[in-house]
Amino acid sequence: MAQNIHPVPAETFLWEDCIPGGCHWSGLLRRGTALRLTDMAGRANLSALFFRADAPHERYNMPDTLKAQHTAMLTKGHALYSDMGRVLCSITADSAGWHDTIGGVSTDASNLAKYGASNYQTARNAMHRSGEDGLLIELVKHGLGRADLVPNVNFFSKVTVDEAGLLQFDITHGKAGQWLDLRLDMDVLVVLSAAPHPLDPRPDYAPSDVGLTAWRCGPADAADVCRNACPENQRGFYRTELLYR
Amino acid sequence: MSPIKLVESALDPAHAVYDRVLPAGEGWLHVVKAGQTLRITDLEGNQAVDTLFYNAADFTERYSATETLKAAGAIYLTAGSRLMSSRGREMLTITADTCGRHDTLGGACSAESNAVRYALNKQPMHSCRDTFLKCLWQYEGGLTKRDLTANINFFMNVPVTPEGGLEFADGVSAPGKYVEMKAAMDVLCLISNCPQLNNPCNAYNPTPVRLLIWD
Repeated sequence: MAQNIHPVPAETFLWEDCIPGGCHWSGLLRRGTALRLTDMAGRANLSALFFRADAPHERYNMPDTLKAQHTAMLTKGHALYSDMGRVLCSITADSAGWHDTIGGVSTDASNLAKYGASNYQTARNAMHRSGEDGLLIELVKHGLGRADLVPNVNFFSKVTVDEAGLLQFDITHGKAGQWLDLRLDMDVLVVLSAAPHPLDPRPDYAPSDVGLTAWRCGPADAADVCRNACPENQRGFYRTELLYR
Repeated sequence: MSPIKLVESALDPAHAVYDRVLPAGEGWLHVVKAGQTLRITDLEGNQAVDTLFYNAADFTERYSATETLKAAGAIYLTAGSRLMSSRGREMLTITADTCGRHDTLGGACSAESNAVRYALNKQPMHSCRDTFLKCLWQYEGGLTKRDLTANINFFMNVPVTPEGGLEFADGVSAPGKYVEMKAAMDVLCLISNCPQLNNPCNAYNPTPVRLLIWD
């Protein structure tokens, strides 16, 4: 089977899929698997939440991720921490350079206010889906729900903060073909929505498709770029590995 | 840094219906009714007060840092900031603030995050998340760890740089500074008066805060 625009070596390839712009997806990915995420047309936003598969009350924690690494955004070398001080997944390669952590998700109400009405009756599967709706639908499939809708990652989106604290969405950031590799460092339930970013000021609802390529990369080795990014991550990876000894 | 606008309150503590000093390292779970005003006073300066809110009638509606940021278009909280719920509704509004800047990105310290951030042997130290959890099981109201989300840190200064860096800076607070907020719905307020000893968020010296409520 031909792979999409950023292929991985055939001997490590597992599967590939595509989330149409606006749609949602969830799945279990095991430790040592990598997920290559690709913005297929330059306007992708991929809202993401992560849960420990065998104990989903352990989940991605935005503040713990940011303060452990003294960052407000994510790129190559960063780990995504759970609320239990373990690394759920980490970014081992990234052509985009910035992924948003603070913007949250679009809602049906914010979509309606920004883009106008577009329901299934009139628009069929081109209807305007929101990030909140997509994440919640996937969460409920796994026995989770509103209580698990915590601050999420928005891959492919860039939101900067000026000195006064004002938020600015960068519409020049997205490029067709931008991609990143997300390595799963635990067995993780991954929940995704490809709906637009809530702070995207563009008036048209036109989220790009997101390509998913899963491949076998193995766990982080001793020289790993994420493990060695800072002493905090060395401790985080150590604490994670205790689960698998 | 842009000039910070400070807003003082006309409310008189002598007329408060509730008045309590909360020592460092302790929790507080209390209903603030619609129309009531809650004041938190940083008695000795540079304390961090980790705070969450729930709709008292439906705990599945809770404080949302991301909805609050989106409503303001900005990351720092001060007078005029609306504290928004996970359903996009206003829970409270900050009506007075003599400190000028509060954080909602830094979250609450925990045993596990202390082990990652500082050293593996810091895990046994007391933490805000332990306080939150103790409040939840003492309350017996059905709240669990899943109900804990990104909180507000009153009096804490966590600047984000234009390049995307984040730091825990020295507090902008001082003895006697306060923040006041008026409830737009009945809210269950959960506070941990932060016991963190490993960073400057409370000047390495956790201290008491005073909690006042007016009708």
